[in-house]
Amino acid sequence: MTDATGADKFTGPTPDNALRQADAESGPVLAADGTPLKKSLGRALRMQKIRALALIAPLLIFVLVSFIAPIADMLFRSVENQIVSETLPRTTEALGSWDGEGMPSEDVFEAAYYDIFIAAENRIHTRLGSRLNYELTGASSLFRRSGRGLDDIGEVYQDQFEDLDENWDEARPWAEIMGSEDWIAAQEEWDAADEEGGMPRFQLREGAATAFPNAAQAYLTFARFTQTEDEDSPLEEEPWSMVHTALYQDLAAEDYASYDGPRAGMVQAADELVASPDFQTVTFADGFAEIDEDWATPEIWQTIKLYSPNYTSGYFLNAVDMQLTPDGAEARDADEQIYLFLFKRTLFMSLVITFSCIALGYPVAFLLSNLPMRTANVLMILVLLPFWTSLLVRTSAWKVMLQQQGVINDVLVWLGLVADDSRLVMINNQFGTIVAMTHILLPFMILPMYSVMSTIPPSYLRAAKSLGATNWTAFWRVYFPQSIPGIGAGSILVFILSIGYYITPEIVGGTTGTFISNRIAYHISTSLNWGLAAALGSILLVVVLLLYWAYDRIVGIDNVKLG
Amino acid sequence: MPDTGTSDAFVAFERVQKSYDGETLVVKDLNLNMPKGEFLTMLGPSGSGKTTCLMMLAGFETATHGEIKLDGVSINNIPPHKRGIGMVFQNYALFPHMTVAENLSFPLEVRKIGKSEREKKVQRALDMVEMGAFGGRRPAQLSGGQQQRIALARALVFEPELVLMDEPLGALDKQLREKMQFEITDLAHRLGITVVYVTHDQTEALTMSDRVAVFDDGRIQQLAPPDQLYEAPENSFVAQFIGENNTLEGVVQEVKGETCTVKLDHGEIIEAKPVNVSKAGERTRVSIRPERVEIDKSRLGENAHTLKATVREFIYMGDIFRTRLSVAGNDEFVIKTRNAPDQVRLRPGQEVEIGWMPEDCRALDAT
Ligand SMILES: Nc1ncnc2c1ncn2[C@@H]1O[C@H](COP(=O)(O)OP(=O)(O)OP(=O)(O)O)[C@@H](O)[C@H]1O
Ligand SMILES: [Mg+2]
Repeated sequence: MTDATGADKFTGPTPDNALRQADAESGPVLAADGTPLKKSLGRALRMQKIRALALIAPLLIFVLVSFIAPIADMLFRSVENQIVSETLPRTTEALGSWDGEGMPSEDVFEAAYYDIFIAAENRIHTRLGSRLNYELTGASSLFRRSGRGLDDIGEVYQDQFEDLDENWDEARPWAEIMGSEDWIAAQEEWDAADEEGGMPRFQLREGAATAFPNAAQAYLTFARFTQTEDEDSPLEEEPWSMVHTALYQDLAAEDYASYDGPRAGMVQAADELVASPDFQTVTFADGFAEIDEDWATPEIWQTIKLYSPNYTSGYFLNAVDMQLTPDGAEARDADEQIYLFLFKRTLFMSLVITFSCIALGYPVAFLLSNLPMRTANVLMILVLLPFWTSLLVRTSAWKVMLQQQGVINDVLVWLGLVADDSRLVMINNQFGTIVAMTHILLPFMILPMYSVMSTIPPSYLRAAKSLGATNWTAFWRVYFPQSIPGIGAGSILVFILSIGYYITPEIVGGTTGTFISNRIAYHISTSLNWGLAAALGSILLVVVLLLYWAYDRIVGIDNVKLG
Repeated sequence: MPDTGTSDAFVAFERVQKSYDGETLVVKDLNLNMPKGEFLTMLGPSGSGKTTCLMMLAGFETATHGEIKLDGVSINNIPPHKRGIGMVFQNYALFPHMTVAENLSFPLEVRKIGKSEREKKVQRALDMVEMGAFGGRRPAQLSGGQQQRIALARALVFEPELVLMDEPLGALDKQLREKMQFEITDLAHRLGITVVYVTHDQTEALTMSDRVAVFDDGRIQQLAPPDQLYEAPENSFVAQFIGENNTLEGVVQEVKGETCTVKLDHGEIIEAKPVNVSKAGERTRVSIRPERVEIDKSRLGENAHTLKATVREFIYMGDIFRTRLSVAGNDEFVIKTRNAPDQVRLRPGQEVEIGWMPEDCRALDAT
């Protein structure tokens, strides 16, 4: 094969050669004013580019805000898992040194006591409970109960201190032991003024943190919380039982005989009480076990440890019917598997719907493109008519048509084709979904097919026939290959639309005809497991992209035309 | 050479009519007989029904009335693919998804011809149009002229006896068109095929054809060999449509055998050859070819007719001079004179006397 338009093979002075030579001799081509031509061309084009950018800017911003950002957020949510480490910061740290065998140490229970106590005051422990419940059934109620139950541990100490000295149950003495004098003065002033907001921020007394390592920290948390969340004065609120627990820990650990801070007598008396053999104590582990037996099993601790990193593959593993275990990812039991099956069903049904649309749409598009313009336009309106009615109405109409007491069954019974007591089940199953969705998506197949077919000149068919081809051969060898781009475009449209379809399968799909998107919707709006929904959505996105890629390899994306 | 006898006609249209909408006749009473091996051109203005006739012959349109015969057999009910007529379409209609070779082998495949023979025939057809090296290309990778040749080769590869071509050179530039005109006629005569060729380029029609059918208004206005068509147009449409032509309007005063006298609307009385006027009092349009008008009376015979004229414009065209004159109230009267050494060059405003022989002056219908 000769190539008439190939590169110059001449070495003589052709225009191209002249240009090349000029290039080689004098470096870059210069514009009239001496600047390199490339640069001045770039400058001339910049204005155009800026204008083009300004024109698309509104859409670009809209797409970024309403499309790209949510997708990015969704992708992020499918791996994001900060709730555990944020809610239980001490616990996750303490669990870091636990090997996962047997029960964790008392340190872990201690950390969990403070974490959950604070979380319960913030009312976020139930949220963590729901999160962990996705991984371990029962975690939700466990956390809900523990939020209330943890007071039992603190009250053991609170009651004994109170019996010793009424002041231990008063706000003022605690504030004096822990707070700085400046702050107390400022707070008193503020309390007297009875104004809104602007409360002086609680400051620990110098030396309090060293004197009471645990209690000062606990009191600080309590005071700040009281100020910001409850907007009450710490001078008037007696502390949480958690603070008493912390105080007990401090008194038990050190000798306070030489303590000379505020209320030294009160503190020293308490120290003596703690040292006396009559003083009742309870370990954190026992306290937890008291609240709920589940705390005494390793599973809950293993779950917390597994999900303590900020990012997790747990949602994705869940989405493919696997689960995270201390020994790595494992497939779920066969009877718990659901998502892979749903993915397969979604793909299968989408393919069936796509092929039904091709089979039904091709003849219509063919007819449309071969009719005179006016008739074609009228028929086109009929094709588009379904778009003018609400999707819900159309889907519900199929319900009326297909149900057992519906139009089609009635007609079949009347014709005697079906016995009255064995009416066909055509709705709330796969059949119903396929029928309704084929109907709804058909225009998306017909439109691209039509626009491609109407660009195929009738002279091709005539030419084929004049060359001796029968009608069928002319169609199959000449017309059909040229209409493939339309089929391709329609198929991609229909397949991608149907793979993410939600409303129709929800209404007519029953239990056997629902799609993965119905499951996603369930997790978004009912179970509120957004992470899993996001993981499922991401997998769906990847599957679609993979199929698109495969399509490109097999058919070629150049072979897709919308007209 | 042309033989118009019905009995041995290869292609025959008999009283054929065609209407698309049931209201107007696009083809009105078409009668046409073509002997085998003839190159016939259908020439006419746009919308005159040429393509329609071709489509009826090819079988893509059915005649509303009348009969079309091929080799003596009525083909009205034979579907297009069984007619065995080769066709070259205006836009070539090369199948874009097939290579050139596949395009050419398509008609052979549907005729169930074996692979080796198919390849031989395809190569021969490609060589015939000097495109032997292009078999592997797609039509989109060819130039207009190359596509045209492939279309021609495809229409000929299955060796049809009749080939139809609908303005096959319409999309080509002048030079290529002239080259292809020659190649097509050459091929047609070499292969001895019968060709019906449609064009609205009159030069093309005159240079290529054995006979030309001039179409207008759904009728054949004249069917004749090119020289006859040019020199002896049978009505004023043909006279106007073919070549350049001067007309003078007037009324017939007397018809006497081979001559008639016409009183022009401007007042002059001239003699002309009556073509389709029959009696005195009829309005007529007198037609004279520009190259038959002389400004040098010595070149004309005894009974030459002369008229006074004023020069309006003189155009030097190299091989000829083209002079526009005012003659008998017609400002668009054109004469053409050969660029000979002794030829006078007229100047605008000059008064001259022009003349012609009465037999070159044809009295035609006035419409
Ligand atoms: N499919 C059709 N339906 C209705 N009218 C048609 C159709 N095809 C052609 N016509 C009409 O028939 C008349 C003759 O058309 P035709 O195509 O035969 O003209 P033509 O001589 O080939 O003109 P051109 O030189 O422009 O190709 C035109 O008035 C045209 O509008
Ligand atoms: Mg035409």
